[in-house]
Amino acid sequence: MSARVDVRKTYKLYIGGRFPRSESGRSYEVHAAPTGRGRHATPRFLANAAQGSRKDARDAVVAARKAQPGWAGATAYNRGQVLYRVAEVMEGRRAQLASDVRDGEGLTAARADAVVSAAIDRWVWYAGWSDKYAQVLGGLNPVAGPFFDISAPEPTGVVAVLAPQGSSLLGLVSVVAPVIVSGNTCVVLASEDRPLPAIDLAECLATSDVPGGVVNIVTGRTAEVAPWLASHRDVNAIDLTGAADAVDVDWGALEESAAENLKRVLRPGGTGAEAVEPDFEATPDLSRLSAFLETKTVWHPKGR
Amino acid sequence: MSTDTDVDVTARARDILGVSRLTNSALTGWLHGLPGVDQVGCEARAASLSTRSIKTSSKAWAVDTAISMIDLTTLEGADTPGKVRGLAARALVPDPSDPTTPRPAAVCVYGDMVPFAKEVLGEHPVNVAAVATAFPSGRASRAVKLADTRDAVANGADEIDMVIDRGAFLTGDYRAVFDEVAETRAACGEARLKVIMETGELVTYDNVRRASWLSMLAGADFIKTSTGKISPAATLPVTLVMLEAVRDWRELTGDQVGVKPAGGIRTSKDAIKYLVTVNEVAGEDWLDNHWFRFGASSLLNDLILQRQKMATGAYSGGDYVADDAPSGY
Amino acid sequence: MPTFEYAPAPESRAVVDIRNSYGLFVGGEFVDAEGGTAFKTVNPATEEVLAEVAEAGEADVDAAVRAARNAYTRVWSRMSGADRGKYLYRIARIIQERAREFAVLETLDNGKPIRESRDVDVPLVAAHFFYHAGWADKLEYASLGADPRPVGVVGQVIPWNFPLLMLAWKVAPALACGNTVVLKPAETTPLTALLFAEVCQQADLPPGVVNIVTGAGATGQAIVDHPGIDKLAFTGSTAVGKMIARSIAGTRKKATLELGGKAANIVFDDAAIDQAVEGIVDGIFFNQGHVCCAGSRILVQESIAEELDHRLKRRLGTLRVGDPLDKNTDVGAINSRTQLERIEEMVKVGEAEGAERWDSGCDLPVDGFWFRPTVFSNVSQSHRIAQEEIFGPVVSVLTFRTPGEAVAKANNTPYGLSAGIWTEKGSRILWMADQLRAGVVWANTFNKFDPTSPFGGYKESGYGREGGRHGLEAYVKTGAGE
Repeated sequence: MSARVDVRKTYKLYIGGRFPRSESGRSYEVHAAPTGRGRHATPRFLANAAQGSRKDARDAVVAARKAQPGWAGATAYNRGQVLYRVAEVMEGRRAQLASDVRDGEGLTAARADAVVSAAIDRWVWYAGWSDKYAQVLGGLNPVAGPFFDISAPEPTGVVAVLAPQGSSLLGLVSVVAPVIVSGNTCVVLASEDRPLPAIDLAECLATSDVPGGVVNIVTGRTAEVAPWLASHRDVNAIDLTGAADAVDVDWGALEESAAENLKRVLRPGGTGAEAVEPDFEATPDLSRLSAFLETKTVWHPKGR
Repeated sequence: MSTDTDVDVTARARDILGVSRLTNSALTGWLHGLPGVDQVGCEARAASLSTRSIKTSSKAWAVDTAISMIDLTTLEGADTPGKVRGLAARALVPDPSDPTTPRPAAVCVYGDMVPFAKEVLGEHPVNVAAVATAFPSGRASRAVKLADTRDAVANGADEIDMVIDRGAFLTGDYRAVFDEVAETRAACGEARLKVIMETGELVTYDNVRRASWLSMLAGADFIKTSTGKISPAATLPVTLVMLEAVRDWRELTGDQVGVKPAGGIRTSKDAIKYLVTVNEVAGEDWLDNHWFRFGASSLLNDLILQRQKMATGAYSGGDYVADDAPSGY
Repeated sequence: MPTFEYAPAPESRAVVDIRNSYGLFVGGEFVDAEGGTAFKTVNPATEEVLAEVAEAGEADVDAAVRAARNAYTRVWSRMSGADRGKYLYRIARIIQERAREFAVLETLDNGKPIRESRDVDVPLVAAHFFYHAGWADKLEYASLGADPRPVGVVGQVIPWNFPLLMLAWKVAPALACGNTVVLKPAETTPLTALLFAEVCQQADLPPGVVNIVTGAGATGQAIVDHPGIDKLAFTGSTAVGKMIARSIAGTRKKATLELGGKAANIVFDDAAIDQAVEGIVDGIFFNQGHVCCAGSRILVQESIAEELDHRLKRRLGTLRVGDPLDKNTDVGAINSRTQLERIEEMVKVGEAEGAERWDSGCDLPVDGFWFRPTVFSNVSQSHRIAQEEIFGPVVSVLTFRTPGEAVAKANNTPYGLSAGIWTEKGSRILWMADQLRAGVVWANTFNKFDPTSPFGGYKESGYGREGGRHGLEAYVKTGAGE
C-alpha cells in the first residue's frame, strides 16, 4: 500500500487579516531543528517561508494603524471574548501547532504537546485581563482639592514586536497577547528560524473574529526587517525580546533608532549588553501588559 | 414676490421668543436654552425602539405605509430626462405584477429636471419635489439660492427641499440661517418647504435640536435630516431628536411640522424602525405622508420584496422587482 | 383603534422543556428531597402551574452542605485557579449557547418581559461568568493579600426579581475564589436555577461544587443556621437581612447582604429632559419596579416639576403592559399574588396620605397578577410611600429647590442603595455624588449594571459589594477577624 501523497501547506505573511506573499517575491528555507542523533546529517526541509521585506513591514504598520482605533474602541468585554475565542480555535488545532513546534524546536511529541497546552493557557490568562487590568493599574487620586481625579490606562497604539527566536509558540503568544489585550495592534517579526507556528497562530487569529490588522505577522530575516520597524515614525512602541539569539542584530542600535520618535522600548531579557531569551514557562506578571499602556489622568471640579 | 410671509414669520418669531428685536443674540439665548440631549441616553432609546417586533398585519400596514411615504429620489450629476422619466414612471407603477401596491408620495429631483418628471406625473397625485438653494453644499450667495428656488417652483415643483447654510450655523450666525429659510419659504409660494439640516455636518444632537427649532421658527413645513451626499446621513437617534422637536413645537405653537429622514435607509426593517419611532415619540398624527417622508431610492425595492414575500409566502429576489435604475450603470 | 397597532409577536415557548417535577441538585445530580414535600411554581402572567419543585428540609440542606464540603476539600480547593477559571469559561459559553432557552424560562417563571430577559438578564449572566472566570487565577493582583485563600462553603439565598442574574452574581465570584456553593433560589422562581444545574453538568463541573436546594423561608433559615456554612450571601428584604445578621452574631460566619432601597432619582432644571424621562421610566418601571435599586422616588427641581409631570405621563402612555412573552411588552406581570397585594396596599396608603395618584389607564389581562404603572404626585418626605419600599411599578414624586436640599431629602432614609442625578453640569454631578449616601450613583443614566462595576448599599440597604474587584473580597479569607 503506497503512502498517501499529502497536501502541503504554504506559509505566507499575515497582514491586514489576509495572507499575502512577500511583495519582494522572496522566500527562504525553513528546516527542522537537529534532534541530537545524526547532527551532521542534512537538516530536514520543512517549508519555504515568505521572506518579508521592509515594504511588507511598512504595509503591516499601515494595516495595524488602520485597525487600532476600532480595536481600542471595542469594549474590554468584547476584546476578552475575542481573545478567548482564539484559545478555543488553538485548542482545536493542537495537532498542527504541536507538529510545527516539535519540528522547529526539536522537542519530543510529549514536550511539544505540553508547550501547546501552555501556550493556550497563556492566551486564556491574558484574555482574562482585558476587563481587569484597568481596575488594578488605574484608580482614583485623592488630590488636595475639590476635584475628581482619575488615572486610567490606555493603549499606546501600534507596537512592533520581535518575537522570541527560540520559543516559537509559547514565547510568541507571551509577547503578542499582552500587547493586544488592551487595544494595541501589532506588527510581529516571527522567529527567523522557527516561523511556522507563527503562521499557524495567524490562521487561528484569522478564524476567530480578530479584526484584520490587529495582529500582523512578518516572517523573514530579523536583521533585515527589524531596523525598519525600529525607525518607523508611525510605530509607538517596540518589544526587542527577539533580539536575543538573532543573527546580526544589535539591540542597542535598534533602541537608538527607536529614540527618534521616543518609542516606548521593552528591552530584551538579560543584564548588560547581551540579550538573553527569557524562560516563558512561568506565569508572567503584568509588566508586558503595562509596558504598552499610557496613563491618562483626568481632573474635574466638584461643585454645585 | 410678497414679503407678507417674511414679516409674518419674523413677527411670529419675536412673539415666540418674547423679544422686541429678533437679534442673533436673542436667537442664541433661546436656542441655547433648549434642553440638552444626552447622546448615550438618546441612542439607547433609539436602540430600544428598534427592538419592537412588527409582524403579520402590522407589518403589512407598515410596509404599505412606508411605500406611501417615500420621496423616490434621483440626484445624480448624470441625471438625464430619460432617467427622470423612468423614475417618475416607477413612482406611478412601483410593482407591475401587483397593482394594489401603493404609490410613493413624491419623486425628488434637481430643479432643472422637474419638467420631465411633471411630463409623466402630470395630473397624478404623486408630487414632484425639487432640491434647491445650491444643493447639496448650500455654498452660494443668497440671490443665487433664491433664484434656484424660484426656477424650480416655476418649473412646477410641488415641494422644495432646501439646505441650510451649515457654515453660518456652525459659526453661530443663527439670524442668517433664519433669514435664508424665511426668504426661501416666501419664494416657494404654494409649494411646501422642507429644510435639510445636514445633520451629519452638525454632528451633535444638541445642534440637531437647535437647528430643528430654528428651522421651524423660520417657517419650515418639514425638517429633513440630510442631503444623502455625505455620511452619516439619516440615523434613528437623529430622527428621534427631530420627532421630539416637532412634538414639542406643536405643543408650544399649535403648528404641525413634518419630518423627513433621508439617505442610508435601505431596508424595510430600517423603515419600520422609523415608523415605530414616529409612533412612540411624536405620535400617530405624524403617521401620514403629509407629515412624514423617507428620502430614499433603493428602499422601495426592498419594500416591494417584502410585499411579495407576504403575498406569496416565499422569499423573493431582485429579478422580480422592476427597477428603473439597477445599480452599476 | 390606534393607527399603528402592533400585532402580537410572541416568543415561542417551544425552545424550553419544562419537566413536570424537579428534585434538588446535590453532589452533581438531581435527587429527591428526603422530606418528600413539594411546592408549585406558577407563571404569574397566567397563573398556570409550570412545575412541581421539591422542598428541601433540614436533612436535605445538611446533605448539600456535606456535598459542598467534600467537593471543597477534595477537589475544588486543590485545583489551580487557572483550572477553576476554565470551568467558569465553559459555563459562560454554555449559557450563551442556551441563551434563548434561559430567557424564555426566566420570563415564564418570573413574569418579566422577554425583551428584558433576552437583552438584559441573560447577556449579563454570561458576562458575569466570563469576568469572574478571568479572576480565578489572578487573585493575587486584586489587593486581597499575597495569597488569598477561599472561605470554604458558602450559603447563598437569592430573590425572585432577577433569578438567574442573582445566581450569577453569587455563584461566579464564589467559584472563582475557590469556594463551593449551596444556593437556594426564591420559591416563586426556581426554574432557571434548576436549568443552571444542567449547565453545570454539561460543563463537567466537579460534583458538589454547586448545589441547588429549592424551598421557601424554612429552607433559607436552615442554610443560615447550618454550622457547616462559612459564609452567607443574601439578597432580599431588609427585614430578612436583619434576621440573618442577628442569626450569625457571635459566630464566625461572614455575611454579605444586599437588601432593599428607596432610591431618589434627582432631576435638575438643566437636565436633558427627554433622557431624564427615559431614565425615570427605566428606573422604576423596568422589571415592573421589582428592583432593589429602583428609582422609586423622583426628586424634581420645583421650577420644572410641572413640565416633568406632563412629559412623564405622556411617555407612560406608550408603555405596553401585557403578555411577558410578547416581544413588544415593556412591563410584565407582578411576580406573585403576595407581591401584588403588597403593592395594592401601599397604593391605598398613598391615597389615604393625601398624595395624588395617576396611572396609565392601560388595559390589563384578566388572569395573572398585574398592576398599572402608577405615579404619585405632591408626595412629602413624611408620607409612607416616600419612605417604604413598595417594590412595584409605583413612583412617588417630590420636589426640591436647591442641590443641598435634594441631597438632604435623598439621604433622609434608612436605606442607601442607589441614587440618580440628572443635570448637564459635570461639577454638580460630582459634588452630588460625593454627598449622596448611596452605594451606586447613576448620573444621566439609571439601572446600569456590569460585572466589572461593584454594586451594593450603604446603611440598611446592606453591606458588601458584588461585582468588580471589590466583589471578590467577601469570598476570600482576609485575616482581620478570621
